[in-house]
Amino acid sequence: MEPSDRTAPRGGAVTTLDRIDLGCRCRVVGIRASGALRKRLFAMGMVPGADVEAIRVAPLGDPVEYRVKGYALSMRRAEAGLIEVVLEEE
Amino acid sequence: MIGIRIALAGNPNVGKTTLFNALTGSRQHVGNWPGVTVEKKTGRINRNGHTIEVIDLPGTYSLTAYSADEVVARDYILEEKPDVVVQVVDATHLERNLYLTTQITELEVPVVIALNMVDEAEATGCTIDRERLSSLLEIPVVRTVGTRGEGLDDLLDAAVREAKTSPHHEHIVGYGNEIEAMIASLVGVLAADKDLGDRYPLRWLAARLLEGDENALAKVKESPVSSRVQDILSGTDLDEYEAAMADRRYDVIAAVLPQVRTAGARSMNVSEMIDRVVTDRYLGIPIFLALMWGAFELTFVVAAPFVALIEAGLAWLSAAVAGWLGPAWLASLVGDGIIGGVGSVLVFVPNIFILFLFLSFLEDTGYLARAAFIMDRLMYAIGLPGKAFIPMLIGFGCNVPGIMAARTIEGEKDRLITILVNPFISCSARLPVYILFAGAFFGAAAGAVVFFLYVLGISTAIGSAKLFRHTILPGESSPFIMEMPPYRLPTVGTSLLHTWSRGAMYVRKAGTIILAGALVVWCLASFPFGVEYGSSESLAGSLGRLLEPLVAPLGFDWKIAVALLFGLVAKEVVVGSLGVLYGTGEEGDALSTALLADPGLSAATALALMVFVLLYAPCLATIATIRKEAGSWRWAGFSVAYGLVLAWTLSLIVGRIAPFFLGGA
Repeated sequence: MEPSDRTAPRGGAVTTLDRIDLGCRCRVVGIRASGALRKRLFAMGMVPGADVEAIRVAPLGDPVEYRVKGYALSMRRAEAGLIEVVLEEE
Repeated sequence: MIGIRIALAGNPNVGKTTLFNALTGSRQHVGNWPGVTVEKKTGRINRNGHTIEVIDLPGTYSLTAYSADEVVARDYILEEKPDVVVQVVDATHLERNLYLTTQITELEVPVVIALNMVDEAEATGCTIDRERLSSLLEIPVVRTVGTRGEGLDDLLDAAVREAKTSPHHEHIVGYGNEIEAMIASLVGVLAADKDLGDRYPLRWLAARLLEGDENALAKVKESPVSSRVQDILSGTDLDEYEAAMADRRYDVIAAVLPQVRTAGARSMNVSEMIDRVVTDRYLGIPIFLALMWGAFELTFVVAAPFVALIEAGLAWLSAAVAGWLGPAWLASLVGDGIIGGVGSVLVFVPNIFILFLFLSFLEDTGYLARAAFIMDRLMYAIGLPGKAFIPMLIGFGCNVPGIMAARTIEGEKDRLITILVNPFISCSARLPVYILFAGAFFGAAAGAVVFFLYVLGISTAIGSAKLFRHTILPGESSPFIMEMPPYRLPTVGTSLLHTWSRGAMYVRKAGTIILAGALVVWCLASFPFGVEYGSSESLAGSLGRLLEPLVAPLGFDWKIAVALLFGLVAKEVVVGSLGVLYGTGEEGDALSTALLADPGLSAATALALMVFVLLYAPCLATIATIRKEAGSWRWAGFSVAYGLVLAWTLSLIVGRIAPFFLGGA
C-alpha cells in the first residue's frame, strides 16, 4: 500500500477544516502541519480518513469545537486551517 | 515476598488518578492537572504476599515525543521496565483511548486494560463485549468503576497474573507490507548494536525512526550503526510514513470496534444541552464572568466568619502567651514573631480553601475546559493560551495558588510566562496597604485609586507577557488543541480530597517558609538587646537607614524602607510594620493620622508607595512557589529583580507625574 493512497480526495473540492460551516460533516484528506503539531493532531484522531463535524464556535469567533472519533475536540482556526478536508455528501 | 511494579498509563481525564487513589488508598498528590504531571506518583499495596508498587504515569494521548509528559511516560516504561502496564481506558471514548494502547503494546511490556467508566458508557445505552475485546487485542480487559472502587480486586489479580506470565504476546499493529519491510530492514541494522538491543525493543525503535521521532533518533545517534540507519532513512518521506502508520493504527481499532461495541443512540445529551448555554455566543461570556465573580463573592462571604474566628483565636493566643511566658523577649518572640507572622498568613486559610473548593468543583465538572474555550481568543491576543486565564483570575485571591494553577498549561514557555506575570495580579494581601494609604490620603477618591491600582496590575501583567514573549521566551503561543470532556458530577469526596491536597500545601507553607521569615524579621526588629522593638536603633532600623538611599528618590524614608523589606514576607506585613514603626499599633485610624501628620509623606508619595507595593518583588511564599513550579531559583531570582526594577521605575514616574494631577499636593 502506498502511504499516499488514502490522502487522495474521492470527489468534492478540497478545502480546509476552518472553512467548514457549523453542523457540516467532512472527511480529513491531509494534514499540512509538521513536527510536534502533526503528531499531536494524529494522536487526537485527526488522521486522513477521519470523519469530522463542526459543532460550535466560541463566543469570540475562535476556537471551534469539532466532533471527531466520537469525542469533542476544540482547536483554533489557525490549526484547523492546516487540516485538508472534503465535504461529505449528505 | 515478591515485589511487582504496576505502571498506570492512560489518556488524561479517564479517571486514572481516582483509580490510583482507590487502589493505593493514597491521599497524596491528587491534583490531577492535565498536562504537567512530571513528578511520578507512587503508592504501595500488600496483597497475598506480594508487595505491589503502583506508579501513576502522566496522562497522555500518545507516546510520541510530543511533550515532556509523553517522554516521561514513555521513558519510564522503556528504562524502568515495570512488570506490567495497566492502561486505564475510558469506555465512553474507546477509539481514541485504544490508539494509546497500540503504542503501549509496541513497547513490548505486559499490558492490562482497566475498562473504566463502564457505568457511563452503559448509561448511554452502549454495551461493550469485554471478552471479545480482550481476545481481539490479546490483552486482559477488566471492568472497573474507579469512583465506586468496583473491579479493583479483579484488576490487581489480572495485573499480577500478567506480570508473572512469560512470554506474553499482545497484539501488535501490523503496518502493511511496505512499511513492515522498512521496519524489518531497520531492525536488521539495529540488531548489530547489542547495546541498543538490550535497552530497547528493536521493532519499536525502528518504527519510531520511520516516523521521524527525534527522541528515537537521539537514541541511535551515538550507536555505531547510526550511519547505516541514516542511509535507510534518507530518501524516504518520514511524514508520509508517520501519517500512514497513524492511519493503520486507527484502521485496526476501526476493525475491532464494531465487533465489541454496540453503540447507543447518540441523542442530545445533558452535556450537549449545558454546552449550548454556557458557550452561547451571547450568554457564554456573561455566564463565565458571573461564575468567577460568584467564586470571589463566595470566597469572601462564606469565609468571613471563619476568618473572624481565626483572628479571634490568634488574638486570644497572643494575649495568653504574653501572660504565660515569663521573659518579655520570649513573649515578644512568640507573640510578635511567630503568632503575628504566621497568623497573618493563616487568616487567609478559609478564603483559600473555599476558593479551591469552588475551583475544584469547576474543574472536576469539566467547566474549566469551557472557560478556556471561551477565553482563548482574548488570551491569544496577549500571546498566551486560553488556559492561562484561570491562573490570573486565581491570582486576585492569592498568587500562590494562581501560580500553581499554571500547571494546566502544556507549553513550557507559555507556562513560564504565565507564572512570571502572575505576581503583578494584585492579590488580596495587598488590599490592606491600599486601604490604609488610599483611605488616608485620597478620601472620597480612595475607591478610584484602588481601582487604578488593579488596572495597573493587570496592564503590567499583559505588558510583561508581551515583553517576555518577544524577548526571553520567544515563540508562538502553543496551539490550542484541547479535549472537551463531558460534564461529570464530581463526588463530594473527590472535591474535598482535591481541595484538601491543594489547601494543605498552603498551610504547610505557612508553617515553614513564613515561619522562618517571620522569625528573621522579629530578630531584626529586636536586636541588639535592649532596644525598643522595631525602633530606629534596632537592626531593622540600621537596615532601614542602609536601604534609605535606594528608595530616597521615590520619596520613601527609612521607616517605609523597613516596612517594604518586611513586606517581602507577606505584603500585608507592610501595614503591621508601619504600625510598629510609627508606634501606633495596627489600628487603622491612629496609623492614618500619624501618616498624614508625617511631613515626609504626600498624596503623590503615597500613590508611588502603593504602586511600589503592587509591583515590587513577590512575597516569600510566592517566590518559593515560583521556584518550585518553574523548577529553578533562576526564575525566582529573575522575578524578584524584574519586579524591583519595574516597581522602582514606575513609582518614580508616578511620584513625579502625580503632583500635576493632584494639584501640587
